[in-house]
Amino acid sequence: MQEVEKIVNGKDLFKRPEYQEVLKNKKQFESSMLAVNPAKVDEIAEWTKSWDYREKNLAREAITVNPAKACQPLGAVMVALGFEGTMPYVHGSHGCVAYFRSYFTRHFKEPTPCVSDSMTEDAAVFGGLVNMKEGLKNCAAVYKPKMIAVSTTCMAEVIGDDLQAFIIAAKEEDGGEFLSEEYPIPYAHTPSFVGSHITGYDNMMHGIMSQLTEGQQGEKKQRINIIPGFETYIGSLRSVKTIVEAFGTDYIMLGDHSDQWDMPAGQYEMFQGGTKLDDAKDCINSSATISLQKYATSKTMKMVEKRWKHAGGFSNPVGLKGTDEFVMKLAELTGTEVPQKLKVERGRLVDAMQDSYPYMHGKKFAIWGDPDFLLGLVSFLLEMGAEPTHVLCHNAPKGWEEEMRALLDTSPAKDSLNVWAEKDLWHMRSLLFTEPVDFMIGNSYGKELMRDTGTPLIYIGFPIFDRHHLHRYSISGYDGALNLLTWITNKVLDQLDEDTKGIATTDYFFDLIR
Amino acid sequence: MGPESLEAKQKAAIEEILKAYPEKAAKNREKHLGVGSPNDENQKTCGDVRSNKKTVPGVMSQRGCAYAGSKGVVWGPVKDMIHISHGPIGCGQYSRAGRRNYYIGVTGVDTFVTMNFSSDFQENNIVFGGDKKLGKCIDEIEQLFPLNNGITVQSECPIGLIGDDIGAVTKVKAKEIDKVIVPVNCEGFRGVSQSLGHHIANDTVRDYIFDGKVNVDISDVTATDYDVAIIGDYNIGGDAWSSRILLEEMGLRVVAQWSGDATLKEMALTPKVKLNLLHCYRSMNYISRHMEKEYGIPWIEYNFFGPSQTIKSLRKIAAFFDESVQAKCEEVIAKYQPMIDAVIAKYKPRLEGKTVMLFVGGLRPRHVIGAYEDLGMEVIGTGYEFAHDDDYKRTKEEIFRSTVIYDDVNEYELEAFVKKLQPDLVASGIKEKYVFQKMGLPYRQMHSWDYSGPYHGYDGFAIFAQDMDLAINSPVWAHSKAPWEKEG
Repeated sequence: MQEVEKIVNGKDLFKRPEYQEVLKNKKQFESSMLAVNPAKVDEIAEWTKSWDYREKNLAREAITVNPAKACQPLGAVMVALGFEGTMPYVHGSHGCVAYFRSYFTRHFKEPTPCVSDSMTEDAAVFGGLVNMKEGLKNCAAVYKPKMIAVSTTCMAEVIGDDLQAFIIAAKEEDGGEFLSEEYPIPYAHTPSFVGSHITGYDNMMHGIMSQLTEGQQGEKKQRINIIPGFETYIGSLRSVKTIVEAFGTDYIMLGDHSDQWDMPAGQYEMFQGGTKLDDAKDCINSSATISLQKYATSKTMKMVEKRWKHAGGFSNPVGLKGTDEFVMKLAELTGTEVPQKLKVERGRLVDAMQDSYPYMHGKKFAIWGDPDFLLGLVSFLLEMGAEPTHVLCHNAPKGWEEEMRALLDTSPAKDSLNVWAEKDLWHMRSLLFTEPVDFMIGNSYGKELMRDTGTPLIYIGFPIFDRHHLHRYSISGYDGALNLLTWITNKVLDQLDEDTKGIATTDYFFDLIR
Repeated sequence: MGPESLEAKQKAAIEEILKAYPEKAAKNREKHLGVGSPNDENQKTCGDVRSNKKTVPGVMSQRGCAYAGSKGVVWGPVKDMIHISHGPIGCGQYSRAGRRNYYIGVTGVDTFVTMNFSSDFQENNIVFGGDKKLGKCIDEIEQLFPLNNGITVQSECPIGLIGDDIGAVTKVKAKEIDKVIVPVNCEGFRGVSQSLGHHIANDTVRDYIFDGKVNVDISDVTATDYDVAIIGDYNIGGDAWSSRILLEEMGLRVVAQWSGDATLKEMALTPKVKLNLLHCYRSMNYISRHMEKEYGIPWIEYNFFGPSQTIKSLRKIAAFFDESVQAKCEEVIAKYQPMIDAVIAKYKPRLEGKTVMLFVGGLRPRHVIGAYEDLGMEVIGTGYEFAHDDDYKRTKEEIFRSTVIYDDVNEYELEAFVKKLQPDLVASGIKEKYVFQKMGLPYRQMHSWDYSGPYHGYDGFAIFAQDMDLAINSPVWAHSKAPWEKEG
């Protein structure tokens, strides 16, 4: 029973004898093997750690177990929230939207506005036109967004709804009461059975950029567009802007959700910050566009390079080398010297790397995440002399595996470094048991791997539900690399203390100074 | 705040809120908003609100879908079975391990609740159908997770649209592997909310688990006169465990938990119990009614939130049994009373008179009212995501004062109600949480207990009281205003 002076929640409550008794008694009615035959559980648990299990596990062709990817509309919602006053609108069932909102909210600890048009059985039969007409009208009337960005769920995609025609019909029927003819309603088809959340990001970004710029082509301006990609580190968006601003150049960040998902306390406003719509319309007239995430923007960048003939291209400013390349690209595009401020920042980062290198050097890492994130992080690990033993990308697009392989091949340890494209985290479990590493880098889904394999987890990635505020930091630019260095080094040191704290057994190595 | 002025304020708020809508939407939403009065016999449902209807498109409803109701609520917590999210990758990922359905087991070996099994549909599965892939998924599961006691197939939207026949696949495979495989057509577009998913899932339990249809031995459990099952407790934060202990203390034998920490065997044992104890009426009344009709098992609703309701429920349950149980029931009540008195003495002075607005799923919007009122707090607004008429009828008996009732409330309405009625605490879900915290309002998640709990039973109430105090009396809310800002 609770003691009023020290009320405990389930963490300690269920350890008490009376509850242990309850749990023990319950077993007589259970059919789980632990209740029936614990020895069998041990036997199978051991088997799942074996090479035999690993081979069978890696041979899986159909079932995905513990994925490390999400579906297209999630990325589309992120894009929409990066534009001024824009409501993400998902054409389909509202269950999907409840999921997208929860998912982002659990990560950012911030509200995530998004509507759907609540399609149900009748829409499945007759199509979702009626829902779209009413939904756009209601959304505009109630929330008064400056723009509505429409994406789709798999339901709408399977029945083949025509977004463009539907939006035109909705405006016509409304007759301008809530939806004027010029009301911006860009759209993108985002079927969840194709690609992943980064594909959805690409499709929605392409939709917004191509549709808002229609008829806007004019004189080119000395200005650089920056497309961040599926960036879940708010601080990264700010670091990138700071770097660009150091060059004194005009720029537009297309899809800047840094204020939306980082609102100060005091009052709530549904929309904050974001790319100005006037800027978004004019982005076609910039002279260059740099995408920070190649695999999250391939379709968008194809348009920008082939049709808009922008200079720029890809640059992934994660880690020292990545940031150097980004800085040099900006120097080249602006025709200016690298600013002194950045030179100093770089110097400080390198100084820090030279201070901490002994603790990362030679350490083995397993890492998973989105393709561009991995290229940046792995590059940084290699810069520190670490060994990314298992690099796993569940949503690897074509070409990524080869690019990652080439990167790993620059390491002296290349022969023991493995790329795992289109594998999931249950595969990773087998890899960790059979070819163990010192640390894992990944999102909250690594938690069960940490429990099962005992490998310490360094929380870097998306989503992170069970650690606070990491998303507020930067992992991009020289300051972002310093954050990565700090997090990783200190986790190594924490683990060193963990391993040496045995009193009178190992604590001779429990050093005060390191 | 006097009762008249509260009611007038509530009515005015509704009127004001409806003005923002286009005509058709306003007409629709008007029927879902009302003011409930505890003394008004004329109201058919609490506040005379309409419910379980299609959501108005485009308004940011908080509702989920049928898949969420089946996989997320009813089937997902059954721990010794593997639940395949059948279709594209998203649904299973977004719903993974979010509901805190606690269980004991070796995850990935003999239990699987927090894992995500997905058939990860690709375009070719949409074009050519996914039945073959499903068959292969089942084979691979059986090979890699041999201690599973069965499989359910939780259909996502495309399954019902592309004409796959999952029932045919599961029938063949079930025979092959000699385990139960349950096809569930809980596609997200079915129905208007999670609710139909609960119903569909209940029906599949009826069709696939009962009457010796599953290959699990139940012969070692001999029935007694004191056998009961807990139905509709998802063991969020351990709720079913802190309920179970009370039932056992009063001499009952709990042979099954549905479905938090549940196993297949417990479900198969349930048709032999003497009484079904139904906590979440909305999600599991269907199977309770079925067992009543088919096996003659009576069922009663109970409420283990807060001591007043807990005591009422314990006595109601005991009344079904003999005097020995009734005597023990009184002993249990007497045993916990000093602790509860102490909890109330500690927290009531800190919470008394604080007003609360609730918005949760299908049960808690009425069930937790008593727990707040036990602490002297006043619930002035409540509503459900996916309740039906019978829930709103039951709500009439649970409110203490004029209460604004909002069915399927959306982001705009809830925000407007809160701004107008100025509660001291908002208690709802994750999607709404930070909206209100930004405004400096204390907030508790009432789906996940904000990663605390359990809240059921006597021990749970102590935690509930402590958590509400934590939320309302935390110093952090006072920091919103900077010292250089003027008062007012």
